Amino acid sequence: MTINEIQSELVDEFSMFDDWMERYEYMIELGKSLPIIDSQYKKEENLIKGCQSKVWLYAELNNNKIVYTADSDAIITKGIVSILIRTFTNQSPSEILAANTNFIDEIGLKEHLSPTRANGLVSMIKQIKLYAVAFQTKVS
Amino acid sequence: MVLEKDLKNVSKDFPILKQEVNGKPLVYLDNGASSQKPQVVIDAITKYYTEINANIHRGVHTLSQKATDAYEASRKKLQVHFNAKHDFEILFTKGTTDGINLVASGFTTLLSKGDEIIVSHLEHHSNIVPWQMLCERTGAVLKVIPMNNKGELLMDEYDKLLSDKTKLVAVNHVSNALGTINPIKYIIDKAHEYDAVILIDGAQATPHIKPDVQALNCDFYVCSAHKMCGPTGVGILYGKEEWLNIMPPYQGGGEMIKEVTFEETTYACLPHKFEAGTPNIAGGIVFGVAIDYMNAVGFEYIQQQEDELLAYANQELKKIQGLKLIGTAQEKVSVISFNIEGCHPYDIGTIVDKLGVAVRTGHHCTQPIMQFFDIPGTIRASFMFYNTKEDVDVLVSAVKKAKMMLL
Repeated sequence: MTINEIQSELVDEFSMFDDWMERYEYMIELGKSLPIIDSQYKKEENLIKGCQSKVWLYAELNNNKIVYTADSDAIITKGIVSILIRTFTNQSPSEILAANTNFIDEIGLKEHLSPTRANGLVSMIKQIKLYAVAFQTKVS
Repeated sequence: MVLEKDLKNVSKDFPILKQEVNGKPLVYLDNGASSQKPQVVIDAITKYYTEINANIHRGVHTLSQKATDAYEASRKKLQVHFNAKHDFEILFTKGTTDGINLVASGFTTLLSKGDEIIVSHLEHHSNIVPWQMLCERTGAVLKVIPMNNKGELLMDEYDKLLSDKTKLVAVNHVSNALGTINPIKYIIDKAHEYDAVILIDGAQATPHIKPDVQALNCDFYVCSAHKMCGPTGVGILYGKEEWLNIMPPYQGGGEMIKEVTFEETTYACLPHKFEAGTPNIAGGIVFGVAIDYMNAVGFEYIQQQEDELLAYANQELKKIQGLKLIGTAQEKVSVISFNIEGCHPYDIGTIVDKLGVAVRTGHHCTQPIMQFFDIPGTIRASFMFYNTKEDVDVLVSAVKKAKMMLL
């Protein structure tokens, strides 16, 4: 699936929920299915420091596609990372760099996008894209 | 001044509390970060800009005179409130952090290598970092008063830290993260036995306690208006006259000078020596209005109401299984920090916000305290006199709901 297709799929899934509580419960569920970072990579240099919760993000190139893994100490943050990873993992660096993240707004999580928001979602997206920049030169 | 006759309904003086957030009535329990403002304070800001706005201490025209009079009258009110000996010992600042930085800057030429500065483990970063920077500039060494696992400072350890090398002691009156009221009278007297200068960070105490700086005999006392029902961006530094005379000016500019030539500048007398540039005039004036409001409510009532809220919140929160209180000092203001076993404070905070409850989560700018307890942060509910037992009930049920969703 393309990034756009995955994003529409997520928008569809979230549109089924009537209220914030169901949306958050689903996000907590998604958090539990996050592809967890291998413990050897769960170290300081892969840490994205938000003010309140920690996020570790790691990426590898596999057949010219980037595979992301992550973890967080907060479950809602895990849910958000999991949504991002589902969107961007197994895509090529150029596709990742070209993609926008407007769908975050559409699934009702816009509040997490504010630059002051302590979970560091903006930093996560930035880091995901930085990996894509780094791997772009290695893609044959 | 207090619009609501019955103090039990005093929350009606605060228009912001009438709103809904996320479709729920707002329950505001983040007063430790910033208090809400009563209508009289909001009106006073409008009144200032509508009727008397002009620059102070300069113009001969009527408006400038009115603004100057109002600003200086406010300084006088603050002098009376804190019981300073002179009104010029009250300096207007941007807030607590600004006041601490002013003193730390002023001591740059007064300290030398090997001198010691004592802070405590309970300090806000604002009462750690300016001193670390002063140490870097002077070669002085920072020492830390340790605490026990209730969040109380260990006075016998403090006694051991003091020596002839101690030049400065800086501690908070009340801990922002845990609510501990520190034994500042003891700390001040002990510091003076060694001729050390003592600064008290009163940011978290002044919303709950009316300090008497002469009785305390501290050399400096700092606080912020916005935590005391006043506007943001203004606070005061109380300093004893002798120290304010010894310290060099903090910033150069207009207002702080007596005479300027290209060869030499002489400085204005107190308090203007430390108030360079056009100050936050509206803020300074309205800080006085906020002080009047708090005194009209009365600190006796404030303490009684907040003690009741603290006891009730303690009792009700403890009923939640897996809830752990962080900071259980004997002497506390109405601040409760806690965690829920198995839940990250950020997750709890996010969900209770959705339920209309504003609490603070995280390290509260006190990372050394979080390191001590080995936790990423806490959930902190901080109460003011306008909060009610119903607010506590909403908090408790919101935390229960969050716990249910997360575990």
